[in-house]
Amino acid sequence: MVDSKNSWKAWIYLSPAIILLLIFTVWPIVNTLRMAFLEDYSGLSEAGGAVFNFGIGNFVKVIQYQRFLDCLKTTSLLCVITVPVSTVLALIISVALNSIKGLQKVLQTIFFLPYVTNSIAIGMVFAAMFNIVGSFLGTENELIATAGIINNVIEFFGGQHVNWINVGSTYASNIFVMVVYIVWNALPFKILILLGGLQSINKQYYDAAKVDGTSKFRVLTRITVPLLSPMLAYVVITGFIGGFKEYTSIVGIFGENMGPADANGRLNTMVGFIYDSLSQNRQGRASAAALILFGIILVVTLINLRVSKKRVHY
Amino acid sequence: MAEDNRVIMHEKDLGKVKSNAKVGGIIGKILVYVFLIVMALIILFPFYWMIISSLKTLEEYRMSVPTFWPKVVMFSNYSEAFTVGSLGRLFLNTVFVGVVSTILSLIITVISAFAFARLEFKGKNILFAGLLATMMIPGELFTITNYGTVMGLGWKDTYIVLIVPFLVSVFYIYLLRQNFMQIPNELYLAAKVDGTSDLKYLWKVMIPLAMPTLISITILKMTGAWNSYIWPRLVANDAAHRLITNGLRNAFTETTGDVNYPVQMAAVALVSAPLFIVFIFLRKYIMKGVSRSGIKG
Repeated sequence: MVDSKNSWKAWIYLSPAIILLLIFTVWPIVNTLRMAFLEDYSGLSEAGGAVFNFGIGNFVKVIQYQRFLDCLKTTSLLCVITVPVSTVLALIISVALNSIKGLQKVLQTIFFLPYVTNSIAIGMVFAAMFNIVGSFLGTENELIATAGIINNVIEFFGGQHVNWINVGSTYASNIFVMVVYIVWNALPFKILILLGGLQSINKQYYDAAKVDGTSKFRVLTRITVPLLSPMLAYVVITGFIGGFKEYTSIVGIFGENMGPADANGRLNTMVGFIYDSLSQNRQGRASAAALILFGIILVVTLINLRVSKKRVHY
Repeated sequence: MAEDNRVIMHEKDLGKVKSNAKVGGIIGKILVYVFLIVMALIILFPFYWMIISSLKTLEEYRMSVPTFWPKVVMFSNYSEAFTVGSLGRLFLNTVFVGVVSTILSLIITVISAFAFARLEFKGKNILFAGLLATMMIPGELFTITNYGTVMGLGWKDTYIVLIVPFLVSVFYIYLLRQNFMQIPNELYLAAKVDGTSDLKYLWKVMIPLAMPTLISITILKMTGAWNSYIWPRLVANDAAHRLITNGLRNAFTETTGDVNYPVQMAAVALVSAPLFIVFIFLRKYIMKGVSRSGIKG
């Protein structure tokens, strides 16, 4: 009696969530699979009465499409560089933070600040810092005379200014700027998680190491890192997932052109490719690309979990 | 001979290490502080540069030797940015969408989490596991279909389209359910015996106990509205419904070249300011919420 009464009550409570999830989560999963396997599917043509063949044509086309491969390259490159760099840097900062008493809270707050930002807005600040042309006065020298602050600093130390993101800049320098921005943006979350992990490590391990006269480096590699491995695995996995979905930080620095003015779309990413296909009414292509993205994220996560199962000490 | 030497050297070293331990410790401490402070300054630099650039005149900003403090403080850049970007309307839109979607989302999350945590019904565990499984799927996969759905519903360029598709977050339901589960079931049964209704119990007992989680959800939801860019650009990019991030990007499209950076940086500072104010007052909840969620916004 009570059970059946509770039962319909539960379904009433859950109904708003379930209805919305059916429309905006479950149906999209089904529909994405449908569209991905209908060759050259387009919502617009379907409304016009077109019929599509069932097959893997969308996937074949997407992976043969140069633009997609470029997007995949840029995305993977950013991931492969930024995840290790930000993880190692975050680990060093966290260990350092954990070893001090004075100023710890203040520094911790400062290191968290980039998290509470709007990635488009702060991207514009980075663009201003890396920009090379302050005013267009004509001659080459005058152009450079008003370089952005990063180039000012480089020149102050006797270096040559670099064309980071302007017209004529190289792919490598564009990527460098993105790496700096993404790492700056990724540090807070990683530091928060790693520092939390460090603070929960039992002090007895360190006392024992002290009695044994273990060197600091050995303590780091033999005690801290292994005991921190669940958190390290977590930040690496979330880092890769976030990295493969990189999009807005590039819009922040380069605008919607996704590249310098003379190389539009050069820094486009997988997510950018999906949205481009969507706005061209090519839902079949977009769905195939989204499923490929999902596949990559799944594989990277599984590999990470496998590696951590062997290496992670819980 | 060589062997002996090494032993002697080793003993010497050990002695040295002992006598130098204290000095080394202090030097080490200083190095750690220097490292951390340098890193902190690097982290802070973009914020500093944003603020001082936003206060410079265009002439001063363009000078070949940069100044690190504005000679003439130009607060007028801020009013100019406010007008150029029509930030007023954008602020109002974003706050409206943020507040409405947070309230509705909280209601749905609370009653769903309550059902999962306290009520028994057939298929509960399967349903819950199914919901959790959807969390692995990247949002872009949903967007493709949802874009078509909302267009079909005639929701383009409305507030509804910015609010409704994101009202249910499986992650928030999960988070709150975990929190509700920690509240002893005896309390609920006692309340039942006393004839207290579910809703009253929820309101009087569970919600106050789960307040920190609810505050975390509120903050994540509000900052989500503030920072959302992709979906609003797709479905509501008209002047009447445009949100702040999109508006900023639309009003200041040039990021490189000959740009009026002081005004642009003032606009960026105006957009960033509310986030910092929220952070200053609710630091504890934000950091707690973020460490559990692992997602931005």
